[in-house]
Amino acid sequence: MSDITPTADALLMAKPAPRSRNMGQIIRWLLLFIGGIAMVMPIAYMISTSLKWPHEVYNVNLIPVEPTIENYTYVLEDGRFYWWFVNSIIIATITTICNLLFDSLVGYTLCKFRFPGRTIVFIAILSTLMIPTEMLVIPWYLMSQSFGWLDSYWGIMFPGLMTAFGTFLMKQFFESVPDDFIEAARIDGLNELQIWWTVAMPLVKPALAALAIFVFLGNWTAFLWPLIVTNSVDMYTIPVGLSGFGDEADVAWELIMTGAAISTIPTLIVFLIFQRFIIRGVVMAGLKG
Amino acid sequence: MYRNLTIRQKQIVWAWAFLAIPVLFYTVIRFYPTGNAILISFQNWNLLGSRTWAGLENYEKLWNDPVFWKVFQNTFVYLLLGTPISLVLSFIIAYHLDKLRFMHGFLRMLYFLPFMTSAVAMAWVWRWFYQDVPIGLFNNILAGFGIPQIKFLQSTTNALPAVLAPAVWAGLGFQVIIFMAGLRAIPTSYYEAAKIDGVGWWTVLTQITIPLLRPTIVFIVVFSSIGFLRIFDHVFNMTTNNPGGPLNATKPLVLMIYDTAFNGFDMGYAAAQTVVLFTILLIVSLIQLRLLRST
Repeated sequence: MSDITPTADALLMAKPAPRSRNMGQIIRWLLLFIGGIAMVMPIAYMISTSLKWPHEVYNVNLIPVEPTIENYTYVLEDGRFYWWFVNSIIIATITTICNLLFDSLVGYTLCKFRFPGRTIVFIAILSTLMIPTEMLVIPWYLMSQSFGWLDSYWGIMFPGLMTAFGTFLMKQFFESVPDDFIEAARIDGLNELQIWWTVAMPLVKPALAALAIFVFLGNWTAFLWPLIVTNSVDMYTIPVGLSGFGDEADVAWELIMTGAAISTIPTLIVFLIFQRFIIRGVVMAGLKG
Repeated sequence: MYRNLTIRQKQIVWAWAFLAIPVLFYTVIRFYPTGNAILISFQNWNLLGSRTWAGLENYEKLWNDPVFWKVFQNTFVYLLLGTPISLVLSFIIAYHLDKLRFMHGFLRMLYFLPFMTSAVAMAWVWRWFYQDVPIGLFNNILAGFGIPQIKFLQSTTNALPAVLAPAVWAGLGFQVIIFMAGLRAIPTSYYEAAKIDGVGWWTVLTQITIPLLRPTIVFIVVFSSIGFLRIFDHVFNMTTNNPGGPLNATKPLVLMIYDTAFNGFDMGYAAAQTVVLFTILLIVSLIQLRLLRST
């Protein structure tokens, strides 16, 4: 699988081959363009509606006649979305940092150390990929109940602090770090922790970035477990809060769209900034993980 | 003490020091709960009272529960509709996008953008689209053309495809990207040889491209199958007034598990359902390994 990274890079460039600008190519381009526009329509309508006045909401026009940020002011002044946003940021950030540290440490250890029990640990972690989250939520809930973790940040975060997926992604990438580098660092008198942090980690930065994006996005959008473990409105994450908000009887659609936009726009902005990087990450993770 | 160890022994000490917390984590947060879930599935427990041994009672109840069979059927309908549709669509998009140069990156971005959205937010957007006139976008557009209204979420036949659509939509971009990477990995010499032999595009597609894409196809099929078997966020949010409705027409297995455990507090019964889900996913994964090995 060592030819994956060139593939990922090649993917970022348009193919140099066909130069012909015949009718077929033009039709192909037009159809793909229409399809692409259709793909982003739900997002476009969500943002457009969040900028409309109530009386305009049920018009099918995409561009609001009189754009307003009134809905955003209303939703944010309500205060709940503000807290849900903060909760989601904190939880997704801490979980991402934990995954980056532990998954890479475990991946590095399994890749570069020879010790008794290595194969067992490797297979044990690999086998957890087969266990669906849905099977674990009941025991996790009982565990949280007996330890008093319900309705807390720790309760929301603890199941995702390490992932087998991340561990294997990192292990794959540490294979490309030459053993000579590690040996040389050992001779220079660095201890194993320093070698991991100062020698190996900088060499797998692209993989760390890909993992960070996956873990952050996954936790930002996570729904089932936060829904189960939280009770009080203050502890909700954005998806759980939005779900309850939309379900309230008197909430208008333009406000729901505003809430949906608040939960989606941050990830869209991150994507637009790091687009090439994220797509490369998806390819790396998809093919290596 | 440490100084007297050989290099190899020091390595062992370091390795286990690095692994201590993770091993504890995987034991307590993954393996113990797995065993616990299986154990609870053989017990009766409503969270408040005591746990009593139930033997196979929960599984018998499941076997005789008409709702379970409806849910089981729905779960596979999600899988059997969602996986082929998204596979074919993403392949067609990737195949043609791969042949274009003009604004290639921009088009790719359009297709990938939905993957970055949150399922809950998009479920609400689509739910709004599906409302009756004068609210919903789709019915408003239909009304504009003078076409009769369609009941999307209220109809027992239309609701499941209506819920599935945003799930397919959101996953498409990811599959397109994976397919394009797979297409790029095929050596151009195959195509050049085909060109010299004067082979038509259809033969190239069916004899070269698709056979060589087999590992990619297997990966996408398994990845999306597991996703559709575990569908929950979209269903729950598009039917919050009557989760899984109308008349359980959209209810997938995960929603039934959630309902049984956290609304009905029948932990034993819910655990038995999770064991069934686990078994289904395990079988799908084993089939994958089988298919990958034979390539």
